[in-house]
Amino acid sequence: MADVTTTAGLGPGPTASRRAVRGPRWLSQVTKFARRRTLGFAGGVVVVLMLLLAVFAPIVSPYDPEESSFLDQLKPPSREHLLGTDQFGRDVMSRLIYGAQTALVVGFGASVAGCSAGAILGLVGAYKGGKTDLLLERLNDVILSFPLIILAVAVVAALGTGLLNVIIAITIPIIPRVARVIRSSGLTLRQMQYVEAARALGVSDTRIIFRHLMPNVVAPYLILLSAFLGQAILLESSLSFLGLGVAEPKPAWGLMLRGAGVQFLEQAPWLAIAPGVAISAAVFAFNLLGDSLRDAFDPKLRV
Amino acid sequence: MGLTRRTFLRSSVAMLAATACSPTAAPVSKPAETKPATPPTSAPPAAQPTVAAQPTAVAPPAASAAQTPAAAAAPRTGGELQFIVGAEPPSFDGHRETTFALLHALSPHYSLLIRFNPDAYPEVMPDLAESWDVSADKLTYTFKIRDGVKFHDGSPCTARDIKASYDRILNPPEGVVSARKGSYGAVESVEAPDPGTIVFKLKYPSAALLTLLASPFNYIYSADKLAADQKFPEKNVLGTGPYKFVEYVPGSHWVGQKNPDYFVQGRPYLDGFRANFIREPAAQIAAIRGGRAQIEFRGFPPPARDDLVRAMGDKIKVEESAWIVTLIAIFNTEKAPFNDPRVRRALNIAVDRWEGSNALSRITVVKPVGTFVRPGSPFHRPESELLKMEGFSRDMTQAREEARRLLREAGVPDGFAFNLKNRDVPTPYEPSGVFLIDQWRRIGLNVTHVQQESNAYLSDHRAGNFEVSVDFIADYADEPDIQLSKFLSPDRSASNYSRYTDRELDALYDQQSRETDPERRNQLVWQFEDRCIQQMAYAFPIIWWQRIVPYSSSVKNYPVLPSHYVNQDLAHVWLDA
Repeated sequence: MADVTTTAGLGPGPTASRRAVRGPRWLSQVTKFARRRTLGFAGGVVVVLMLLLAVFAPIVSPYDPEESSFLDQLKPPSREHLLGTDQFGRDVMSRLIYGAQTALVVGFGASVAGCSAGAILGLVGAYKGGKTDLLLERLNDVILSFPLIILAVAVVAALGTGLLNVIIAITIPIIPRVARVIRSSGLTLRQMQYVEAARALGVSDTRIIFRHLMPNVVAPYLILLSAFLGQAILLESSLSFLGLGVAEPKPAWGLMLRGAGVQFLEQAPWLAIAPGVAISAAVFAFNLLGDSLRDAFDPKLRV
Repeated sequence: MGLTRRTFLRSSVAMLAATACSPTAAPVSKPAETKPATPPTSAPPAAQPTVAAQPTAVAPPAASAAQTPAAAAAPRTGGELQFIVGAEPPSFDGHRETTFALLHALSPHYSLLIRFNPDAYPEVMPDLAESWDVSADKLTYTFKIRDGVKFHDGSPCTARDIKASYDRILNPPEGVVSARKGSYGAVESVEAPDPGTIVFKLKYPSAALLTLLASPFNYIYSADKLAADQKFPEKNVLGTGPYKFVEYVPGSHWVGQKNPDYFVQGRPYLDGFRANFIREPAAQIAAIRGGRAQIEFRGFPPPARDDLVRAMGDKIKVEESAWIVTLIAIFNTEKAPFNDPRVRRALNIAVDRWEGSNALSRITVVKPVGTFVRPGSPFHRPESELLKMEGFSRDMTQAREEARRLLREAGVPDGFAFNLKNRDVPTPYEPSGVFLIDQWRRIGLNVTHVQQESNAYLSDHRAGNFEVSVDFIADYADEPDIQLSKFLSPDRSASNYSRYTDRELDALYDQQSRETDPERRNQLVWQFEDRCIQQMAYAFPIIWWQRIVPYSSSVKNYPVLPSHYVNQDLAHVWLDA
């Protein structure tokens, strides 16, 4: 008995022992995710890589992305410049790395703002019902009647170019798309007994929406977020390509394609290939990750 | 077995990986080498027509508009000229605007009093005027006006219409902007004693008057329409030119058709024209390559020229010329810290124009280094003089030290941030803006590039809604009265966007304008520039443009001149089969 007590008190227990062998719980979950959803995991790796590059850009970037070196104009890829230089002699790789910052700031900014606003409006409409729901739905219909890119272009044309305006321009078309999905979840949730109970206890509508409904739509919210992240990056690139996004000399992938990428396509194809591949990879990665997250969160697909 | 979503995604990843790893993803083949640029010079080597039109007491040039430009070849009639315009007209009013975007679309609809002779530029020749006479004291210019000229609505065009148009240019009524009124300080009055005669009376003899009257912006408008509404030309098109207005679709095109009642017999040769508004250089080049347009009158950068020549062979013709256009940096002198001359001087000194010329001439349409008058023109500064000016030094280490010192002295902290406004015309505005920002970064300034569509850009200039901006001098002739008038005080110049009033500068302008001795005038022009660029640094030149026009070899009789403003009425242009 004493041995047992001593062992239990001093040595690792059975659970801790298993953790020591298998590692922390999150790691095992990641391993499980990687094993079951390889493509989604690959997408996640690219996303994490992008995030790291963006966050540590000042450390990993070999050159200042905005610094011109007129002696190095349009140099092909070499040991000094792995992805070559552009028409101002700027290092393409450095611009690509810093371009990830722009892509992610716009991507996360627009998709988090758009999805959050959409989720709130969707839940408000679903919970309140009646005229509030009707009004919100018709507003959504109006916005949804415009294709995403057209609406974004119109908003930039009205507000002007610049990073913040681009985020706003991409956020607006995302809102009704998310609102519609979250509303459908909200319609089910409002019938749940715990919501009825909260209402019977006199809990305010705001508290019910944010404290009781919101946590239950986290799964679709995350899925939509990951899906719109890729779209937002693509949209930012499209706007920059059209000259409506960020302005030179700020590094942005769409801008790299638009300016030198097209103008010097025949003399310096690396100027188009690098940002083109980056945009494709980022969007593809976010889509793969989003797809796998949906599979993982959707109970119908778990079976 | 059907293709499942997972199989598709796996295959796509594999393809992407294969693409990324394949040799084409990371190009190893040696790209076409960039031609080394020749050292920048303050004056382009090729001699261009530079002599300003001189007033003459004799009869006008013998050749009439009907005989002159197209005489050499046997022209064909018919066809529609399709050309590209890189921006859209901010308004339709030539007196108000200063941009090619207006001229290229609207000049085919209008006539001038006199015009530049495209075969002997910068000589002038008749347009609505048949002939002219100059008094012995050179204070009275009398023009005989053609008889039977009609506006496109059928109403007659007489001296009354010309007087009304020039009154609007010289003394614009309240609410009307006349961009070039400052150039006409010598004109005392314009009179129309009878329908066939117009008389300009001067305060003092002006060597530049005929050049000024040949301004391609000085469209002749209907006096009746102006009497009803002085802003009529801003939104309407009614001229006496070789083409009638058909339609304007914003964002797409502008169409004109042959005016059968044009006063020059046998002109125009074309049935009509279509101006396609295409902003992006890549799309412009694609339009030329694909035969959807035959010419872009401003031209293309060297790499685009080379691409077009490679792709189109003898179907493309390339003409190059000096160009009376330069970009300038302007400051809003009402906004701190740009109200301090030391700050403005620092920003001027920090710009290495010589390096910029070398680098930018490889990628866009700039090259000569100079002041406010075109390098190579009669009033330009030779390089030896230029190097003595602040902002033109080749010792940039010392120059940038001086710039930093001036900024410190003015209390501008390291990393000071401001916006540089610029036009969203990619060539050469964008690269020039990027170049300036790079130069200013080197003295510790943090500049944000704000590019705007032409209309918003010009509106902000007029409203003073900017700190520092890229502006332009783009003129139709090498004449200091034209080039320098922009820098007169706002009560004399509508295009002085820097918003300073400097009577000393105004006086220098007047002195040079009245001076008839070329050598003394030259000195006065230099003094004006010294004050404007060096001492007060209200504005400074960046790099002058070099015109490169590759165009379809089917376009005939369009001589590429040092100005893309001149010879744009298309009366003499014809298309080969």
